[in-house]
Amino acid sequence: MEVNVKKIYVNEDRCLGCHLCEYYCAFAHSGQKDMVKAFSGEAKPQPRLTIEEGDSINFAVSCRHCETPLCVESCITGAMQIDEDGRVFVDESRCVGCYTCILVCPFGSVIPGKEKAIKKCDLCIESGNPACAENCPNLAIIYEERE
Amino acid sequence: MGINLYAPQYEVNRNQNKCIKCKVCKRQCANEVHSYDQELDVMVADDSKCVDCQRCVSLCPTHALSITKFKNEFKENANWTNRAITEIYKQADTGGVLLSSMGNPVPYPIYWDKLLINASQVTNPSIDPLREPMETRVQLGAKPEKLEFDKDGKLITKLAPQLSINVPIMFSAMSYGSISRNAHESLARAAQELGTCYNTGEGGLNEDFYKYGKNTIVQVASGRFGVHVGYLSAGAAIEIKMGQGAKPGIGGHLPGEKVGEDVSKTRMIPVGSDAISPAPHHDIYSIEDLRQLVFSLKEATAYTKPIIVKIAAVHNVAAIASGIARSGADIIAIDGYRGGTGAAPTRIRDNVGIPIELALASVDQRLRDEGIRNNISLVVAGSIRNSADIVKAIALGADAVYIGTSALIALGCHVCRSCHGGKCNWGIATQRPDLVKRLNPDIGYKRLINLVHAWDHEIKEMLGGMGINAIESLKGNRLMLRGIGLSQKELDILGVMHAGE
Repeated sequence: MEVNVKKIYVNEDRCLGCHLCEYYCAFAHSGQKDMVKAFSGEAKPQPRLTIEEGDSINFAVSCRHCETPLCVESCITGAMQIDEDGRVFVDESRCVGCYTCILVCPFGSVIPGKEKAIKKCDLCIESGNPACAENCPNLAIIYEERE
Repeated sequence: MGINLYAPQYEVNRNQNKCIKCKVCKRQCANEVHSYDQELDVMVADDSKCVDCQRCVSLCPTHALSITKFKNEFKENANWTNRAITEIYKQADTGGVLLSSMGNPVPYPIYWDKLLINASQVTNPSIDPLREPMETRVQLGAKPEKLEFDKDGKLITKLAPQLSINVPIMFSAMSYGSISRNAHESLARAAQELGTCYNTGEGGLNEDFYKYGKNTIVQVASGRFGVHVGYLSAGAAIEIKMGQGAKPGIGGHLPGEKVGEDVSKTRMIPVGSDAISPAPHHDIYSIEDLRQLVFSLKEATAYTKPIIVKIAAVHNVAAIASGIARSGADIIAIDGYRGGTGAAPTRIRDNVGIPIELALASVDQRLRDEGIRNNISLVVAGSIRNSADIVKAIALGADAVYIGTSALIALGCHVCRSCHGGKCNWGIATQRPDLVKRLNPDIGYKRLINLVHAWDHEIKEMLGGMGINAIESLKGNRLMLRGIGLSQKELDILGVMHAGE
């Protein structure tokens, strides 16, 4: 497994708690090309990261793609997996919505889905360019390689 | 309280078809204009609080917002304008002095826009800045009468300390308190990388910024905030602030809302207290007193740093500058009436002072006539908006310019002129930590560098177009300018001929 793979890092000094990352993440996974259309239906698209808000500190919590992911170990159907690049992803067709991964994740990164399957950050594998990092207005979310 | 005679100034136009109710407008408005109505599932806005800072417009992911003037019109009256009437309502309500921020917005003539620059055709070839060397570096300071060399060709004449900058552009004085720590950090880091200087303003210098000392001009203003020996030694030059263009004749003003813990410590004043600088320096009541202060500062820094004296452009500025040039100062900075400010009485900002273009031309001419032009370098400020203004300023006689408002606009300022409230949504003119966070110095300093690089390149293009390859050759070269739409009197003061002549 490659150690130096690009991941999402959040700088809590810069996060403004504006929630734009949540909206852009949801839009990126909605399958729609127009943002207004993506949010116009009854069923709103879901983000794969959450903003934790505090008095003076805000932080965007998303999957850390751990080297030894507890969620993968605890998944009862094998839906939660880790690929050769170290990316932890969920096969939504196999997920039964037992929420064991949500309970087990030490960072609270896994989100219950509106339908059966859970939602988690997939590093925007389809576009290769994480929507949260791309659209953060204050460069609080960075997509880069680190030690 | 009676009837509120004061209608909202701006209205928030929201295209409800495009609004996805992401609530970023509500979260990001420090003036609490936007809110979410849970029952109706719709975003609403309270127009009366809007200051047109454009934060919500810039962040809205679907461009659903725009801000326009509130469509309410008093009967047309060229004399009793909306502004004239509502200002009287305000004063009848509060009994207070009207306070404003940023520079004079009144439509007085802008002389930069009435000056035209020369270009070479046929007789004097243009120079291509991308192919040939061009010098935009400037040395600011007192120049010697003559140079003497020994028999080996080595220089004997002792030169006065010079401030060497890579571009003829420096960042103007904006105090810590009026602008945020992150804004100062952006200015300091940009100045360092550009090889120019930024100015502490009258708010003192935070210890964490001493490391940028080589690129810092420390200011000694009438309130003497934060002035101690360590402060003086930390900078590359010391500026005595006698006045500023936005409010000639009175001292600086920092409203109490903007004096938090860190500002209080840096300025050495209590938290929450208004920081009002006295109008004069209470130890400078004559030109001889100024000379005394200039030399005290030189003694305190062992004659290693150039001393700048900053004045506002007022009537008789030429005579004042002549006095300063003879006082031992190395550099004179003149701030025109369009200069910006964090807070100033509206009447003084809009009515006191003269345009920098006229002040510069008359000061440069007077000093040349008296044979003392080389005793000092001239730096001008007061609304330098683009590189053409810089080229014209240098042609009128300046050695370099200070940019204030332009630098803040590069950092995100939308000139909404609400700085005195301390709720700057862009994190620039505020001390609230949640707002200051919005100005990321990693982004800010790059934008400043981009702006100055762009302007430097444009200056080189214009110089090359004139057939000149060094800023020195443009300095005071009035023949490179022509006026357009100016009266003979204005042309005489500016020392330029009319276009066509």
